[in-house]
Amino acid sequence: MEKPLSKNIDPGKEPLDLKGYESTGGYQAVRKALLELEPKQVTELVKQSNLRGRGGAGFPTGIKWSFVPMAEGKPDPEKLAETLEEVDLGTRLERGGAGMAVGPKWRFAPYIDDVPYPKYLIANADEMEPGTFKDRYLLEGDPHQVVESMIVSAYAIQASVGYIFLRWAYHEAARRLRKAIQSAYQAGYLGKDILGSGYDFDLYLHTGAGRYMAGEETGLLNSLEGKRANPRTKPPFPQTSGLWGKPSIVNNVETLCNVPHIINKGPEWFKGLSLTEDSGTKIYGVSGKVNRPGVWELPMGTTLRELIEEHAGGMQNGLKFRGALPGGASTDFLIEEHLDICMDFPSVQAAGSRLGTGTIIVLDDQTCPVGFVHNLEVFFARESCGWCTPCREGLPWSVDLLRAIEDGEGQPGDLEILDELTKNLGPGLTFCALAPGAMEPLQSALKYFREDFERHINEGKCTWR
Amino acid sequence: MLSDEERQELEKEIEHYEFKRAACIEGLKILQQYRGGWVSDESIKDLADFLEMSPEQVDNVATFYNLIFRKPVGKNVILLCDSISCWLMGCETIQEYFKERLGIGLGETSADGQFTLLPMACLGACERAPAIMIGEQLYHNLTPEKLNLILDQLKASQVKESASGEIDGKTAQ
Repeated sequence: MEKPLSKNIDPGKEPLDLKGYESTGGYQAVRKALLELEPKQVTELVKQSNLRGRGGAGFPTGIKWSFVPMAEGKPDPEKLAETLEEVDLGTRLERGGAGMAVGPKWRFAPYIDDVPYPKYLIANADEMEPGTFKDRYLLEGDPHQVVESMIVSAYAIQASVGYIFLRWAYHEAARRLRKAIQSAYQAGYLGKDILGSGYDFDLYLHTGAGRYMAGEETGLLNSLEGKRANPRTKPPFPQTSGLWGKPSIVNNVETLCNVPHIINKGPEWFKGLSLTEDSGTKIYGVSGKVNRPGVWELPMGTTLRELIEEHAGGMQNGLKFRGALPGGASTDFLIEEHLDICMDFPSVQAAGSRLGTGTIIVLDDQTCPVGFVHNLEVFFARESCGWCTPCREGLPWSVDLLRAIEDGEGQPGDLEILDELTKNLGPGLTFCALAPGAMEPLQSALKYFREDFERHINEGKCTWR
Repeated sequence: MLSDEERQELEKEIEHYEFKRAACIEGLKILQQYRGGWVSDESIKDLADFLEMSPEQVDNVATFYNLIFRKPVGKNVILLCDSISCWLMGCETIQEYFKERLGIGLGETSADGQFTLLPMACLGACERAPAIMIGEQLYHNLTPEKLNLILDQLKASQVKESASGEIDGKTAQ
């Protein structure tokens, strides 16, 4: 079984350095893309591979990229150099008249070939979805793979600047990425005229300062601009108007890491990795009271049962499987009858949930489902940015009700109010996906574990305590 | 007033962005690190001057992010992961442990000023739950016994540090 994403990863050891990474075929995709392929061909290969976003939404990556405005053919380095102005910080002001000073020696031009300049590629490494620990594995385990994936993907959309937006808590990943970026610059894979291709790309590591919202696509853009991580209205979409109003692509780390392999081995190979019609491998994880919690790279479409019973070693002694969130805190519960579903985007959706991040959180029969959901809603209420009313007001309300029920103070009618909240905070009624995501485990818990909620209210106590 | 070191780090940081104010969050982190682990009103003003923003704009950002502290904190900030996987594996026991050993609940600082305990969203160590972070160090698969050892070691190493600081001080005199 091929494991392209994790073949170099040996947890507990330092990751491969530049030489080690090159010796396993690393940076070949940069050579191939920049020296042999046109940007649009790279996008085309990714489109054909049917790679879907691994951050949770599952949007096809190639299609996402194809919305970025592109000039015809390869960029002309001479023309680029002619058009670009190097501007010094403090000596002049931005042309728009907002009075904001521009960065020191920032290379500036509003348009090149009628296409906005610069364009940006951002790796979303702000992994903060509760129960999710897969990107950490890739970031710490093979930082050069992350760097290479950014160069190839940036070339496809002709981005000239890239950021890895890393959550603050991943200090080890930060240290390893800094080192990898530095050695990639020294080897000429980053910076000006990469490998003599005429393509320039600068890559920076940006570390956050907390808040789940900083991982939401448009919240991330605001945070990167140094603002509060509130979401933005869409449209305009980031592909046309993102960071500082310029075309920008935000991709999850695992999504990006697939790209060099697709370029090296082709879309058909990538499709063949999977057990189902969704392509590639997936970094799955399992946490909760199982014997061997962990992460594994497996073919896309591996069943929930295989993940829990084989890879995670089954439930801990004396415990039974009761349910699971298949892809992080903001996905609907699956229960025993779903154990044999394939963990890919369409199959999990058909079962009423989402593949999300593919990291499974297991609920056992000795844990109170009301307490479980209460913990989730406390998280979501705390992390709401307060930008829109349903989320800001609705989430704390759900927490109050769940706490009362858990403490034996629930009233008849509380469940109906919770039912109503799951609708009023649902998709389309809020600025971003935080509140609708928060409602997914709640609505499915009310469906599958309703008798537990009712018993709490009828008996006036939590029967697990 | 920014110190030379602070200014240097800030100037390096703004090179990464098209606009200066993008370094606001990083700037807050830099000042927090240099100035006792938290961000005072004076720090807000210093950073605002440097970034050509108003203090209100900087404070607006500072109060949003949970790892920028606008109040003094203990020497060691303990971030207790209370998200779902750690909850399943007993983070409430860990929280009770801190109450017993250090006498602090969430949001509180120990009487000796050594420790502040704060809740933290998922640390991404779900397969090794329960987990906490002290400084930049992640501690996982925690039990009260293991925590006893960690805190003892931390106290011992810091007593040693401050003792050697004193000796240095005396030599300097």
